[in-house]
Amino acid sequence: MSARAETRLWLAQRASAAVLALCVAVHLVTMIAAVRGGLTAAEMLGRTRGSMAWATFYGLFVLAVSIHAPIGLRTVASEWLGWRGRTADAACTIVAVALLALGARAILAVTR
Amino acid sequence: MSTLAVSVWRGGADGRFQTFMVPRLDAQTVLDVVTHIQRRLDPTLAYRFACRVGMCGSCAMTVNGEPRWTCRTHVANVEKNGKLTIAPLAHLPIVRDLVTDMREFFDKWARARGQFQPTKTRRDDVARVAPSSAGRLAVDAAIECIGCGVCYAACEVVAWNPDYLGPAALNRAWTLLNDVRDGAGRARLAAVAGDAGCHACHTHESCSDRCPMHLAPTASIAGLKRATALAALRGEL
Repeated sequence: MSARAETRLWLAQRASAAVLALCVAVHLVTMIAAVRGGLTAAEMLGRTRGSMAWATFYGLFVLAVSIHAPIGLRTVASEWLGWRGRTADAACTIVAVALLALGARAILAVTR
Repeated sequence: MSTLAVSVWRGGADGRFQTFMVPRLDAQTVLDVVTHIQRRLDPTLAYRFACRVGMCGSCAMTVNGEPRWTCRTHVANVEKNGKLTIAPLAHLPIVRDLVTDMREFFDKWARARGQFQPTKTRRDDVARVAPSSAGRLAVDAAIECIGCGVCYAACEVVAWNPDYLGPAALNRAWTLLNDVRDGAGRARLAAVAGDAGCHACHTHESCSDRCPMHLAPTASIAGLKRATALAALRGEL
C-alpha cells in the first residue's frame, strides 16, 4: 500500500477514535441514566422507536466502529501474526463491511 | 575483595551465556567489567568500544535486560545481588559475542532520507537561521543523536515489524524536515510515511525512556505523523 494510502488510513483511525470517544461517553451516560428507573425492552424501544436523533447518533457510532476497528485489526494482524499484504487488507475490509451491516441492522431494529 | 558473577553472551544467534568472576572495584563501569574479562580472563571475547566517555555510542549493549551505554553505566547502579548479565543489543544480527551488525540500523537512516539535501551552492551566502525560530528549536531538541542504537534495541515495534525504520532514523528525518536549508522535504515525508515509518509507532516511549542523550524520538515521530497527515490532506504525499 502506498505511503499516501497508509497515511490516510492512519488519519481515518485517529478521526474515528475522536468520534468514538464522544459516542462511547454519550452511550455510557445514557445507559446509566436509563437503568435507574428499571430496564425493560419496552422502555428502550419507547425511547428509540421513530427517533431520528438516536438513529443518527448510533449510525455515526456504527460508522466510526466500522472504520476504527478494522484498521486496528490490520495492525494487529501485521505485528502479531506477520499477516500483511492484500489478503490481510481483504480480510479487514470484510470485517469493516460486516460491522457496518450488523450495526445498521441493529439500528434499524430499534429505531424503525 | 568482592567479586561479580558476570554472565556474558558468547557466540552468534545460537550462542549461550558464559559466566566469569570479575573483581568488584569502586566506580567500576560495565565497560570496565567487559574489558577486564577480555584482557585478563578470555582474550577471545569480542566487543566494541572507542571513546569510553559517552561520545561515540559504540559500546551499547544489553545490561540486565536493558540497552545501555556500558561506558556510562556504573556497576553499582545495575548489579543485582552481585550478578550482571551482558548481551548484545537486541533487534540486530549478532556478529559474535557482544558485537552486533549495525548495517540495517544505518541503512534505515538512508531509507528515511537521512541525508541533507542542499538547496544552495558554495557560491551562495551562508543561510541565516534564527536560533529562536520554531524550526531551529525543533532541530535543537533532536539533533544530538549519536547513533548508538539504544533506542532501536529498546523499541518493541522494531521486534514486531522488522521493516520499521526505528526511532533514530525517524528522529533524523525530523531534524532535516525542520532544517530550512534542506530541499528534500516532500520526498522525505513520503519515505517516512506508512506502516514501516512513523505511523507504525505505538508511542510506547521506550526510545525516549532509554535514550542516553535524553532525547525524545517519540516527540520527533509525533511531529512526522502531523507533517505527513497535513501533506496527505493537501494532496502533497
